[in-house]
Amino acid sequence: ERSNLAGVRHILLVLSGKGGVGKSTISTELALSLRHSGKKVGILDVDLCGPSIPRMFRVQDNDVHQCDSGWVPVFVDQDKSISLMSIGFLLEKPDDAVVWRGPKKNALIKQFVADVAWGDLDFLIVDTPPGTSDEHISTVEALRPYKPLGAILVTTPQAVSVGDVRRELTFCKKTGLRVLGIVENMSGFVCPHCSECTNIFSKGGGEELAKHTGVPFLGCVPLDPQLSQSLEEGRDFIQEFPKSSAFPALAHIAQQILDGALQRSS
Amino acid sequence: QVALLDIDICGPSIPKMMGLEGEQVHQSGSGWSPVYVEENLGVMSVGFLLSSPDDAVIWRGPKKNGLIKQFLRDVDWGEVDYLIVDTPPGTSDEHLSIVQYLSAAHIDGAVIITTPQEVSLQDVRKEINFCHKVKLPIIGVVENMSGFICPKCKNESQIFPPTTGGAEKMCQNLNVSLLGKVPLDPQIGRSCDKGQSFLSEAPESPATSSYRNIIQRIEEYCDQHHFQEEKII
Repeated sequence: ERSNLAGVRHILLVLSGKGGVGKSTISTELALSLRHSGKKVGILDVDLCGPSIPRMFRVQDNDVHQCDSGWVPVFVDQDKSISLMSIGFLLEKPDDAVVWRGPKKNALIKQFVADVAWGDLDFLIVDTPPGTSDEHISTVEALRPYKPLGAILVTTPQAVSVGDVRRELTFCKKTGLRVLGIVENMSGFVCPHCSECTNIFSKGGGEELAKHTGVPFLGCVPLDPQLSQSLEEGRDFIQEFPKSSAFPALAHIAQQILDGALQRSS
Repeated sequence: QVALLDIDICGPSIPKMMGLEGEQVHQSGSGWSPVYVEENLGVMSVGFLLSSPDDAVIWRGPKKNGLIKQFLRDVDWGEVDYLIVDTPPGTSDEHLSIVQYLSAAHIDGAVIITTPQEVSLQDVRKEINFCHKVKLPIIGVVENMSGFICPKCKNESQIFPPTTGGAEKMCQNLNVSLLGKVPLDPQIGRSCDKGQSFLSEAPESPATSSYRNIIQRIEEYCDQHHFQEEKII
């Protein structure tokens, strides 16, 4: 029996030690960028307590259906180039809290990894909650047979965030997960009124961590109100705001992932 | 007399923010000693039990619960006016355990933090739901990162736009108090990174007055609460 992940060419995880740094944002923008390069992308959202992915694509009210091989992922639009799976689609009411201890979370994650009928995908992006606990251990274990491409680690520039991401790097090392690189998110804000740049969450911590640990640095993504607005409204930032301040950095991250995947394939 | 307990086992940020990085926990006859920032501010975190800043705590739920129990049972806090518990994001093991383990003592309530956007609010509604489920009173909600005033031109930008009415609308809808809004101030992150008190470093910042107002409202809630309790007794 053919596994549901057999048609997935590359699997990558988006991790962080810290909450609120923009993992789901980076997962979303990476998917949109890869789609614009002509790739078919899936996003598996394993943040069971705070599933953010559905809203970022404006499909939060969609339901999930079953087929012979398992769950049918939710397609974001007509051309079916981006598909999603999230516990967000399984909740009766959007405000319902998922108050589960580890074992129950682990069981659902195993199902999410094995039972979603993704079909053929170029990339499966796995968006995770912050930390190094049940969800992360279970996800990495379940994905191990499928040899993931690796992990992208997201941090904000400050030391308090970098401090947690260092631990996430250790997690990757200990679990044998290759680190594709570090993204320094929320790195600077350019005032739309006067163009003054302010480092609201400091600057440089992510780049320094990459240098210090010998891991590739994928780039700095600035704070961009147009990006935040796009995510709120479930719009395609990559298509609609190519002149926005976060666009070049996000496009560059996607290009590096594409290059990395190509290298690995050859 | 204040105690700060950090139960974010995977991502313990409190030691750095308090300027206590590298400190270790000492044991005595009466249990584990908290690490003191000042005479009247003691702190406990898994961060103090790790020997390197690269050490990862890769534990499943039951082991995390075990440590949280130890923190509550074995730390010699002494007489304390306020025990503040900092939690990780989510509604899982840590949250269930802390509520369960503290049920015999009396939790005054929870302060819930959000940023203004719907992406954050949608998770916070779940957290509010969690509090109702476990019968944890809600002291109120704080809207953090609420607007940014450019230091050069003084115009305000909504970096995290409140597209669905922000915490204010959510609090109205869910009948919980909005304790206050804290604006973005680069000095906050800097102070936390340096382990210094932002309130002391930037007394004139609008964020400082926001924090102080919020803290005052929390104190008032707790005072009122105790008064009502004593009335019942």
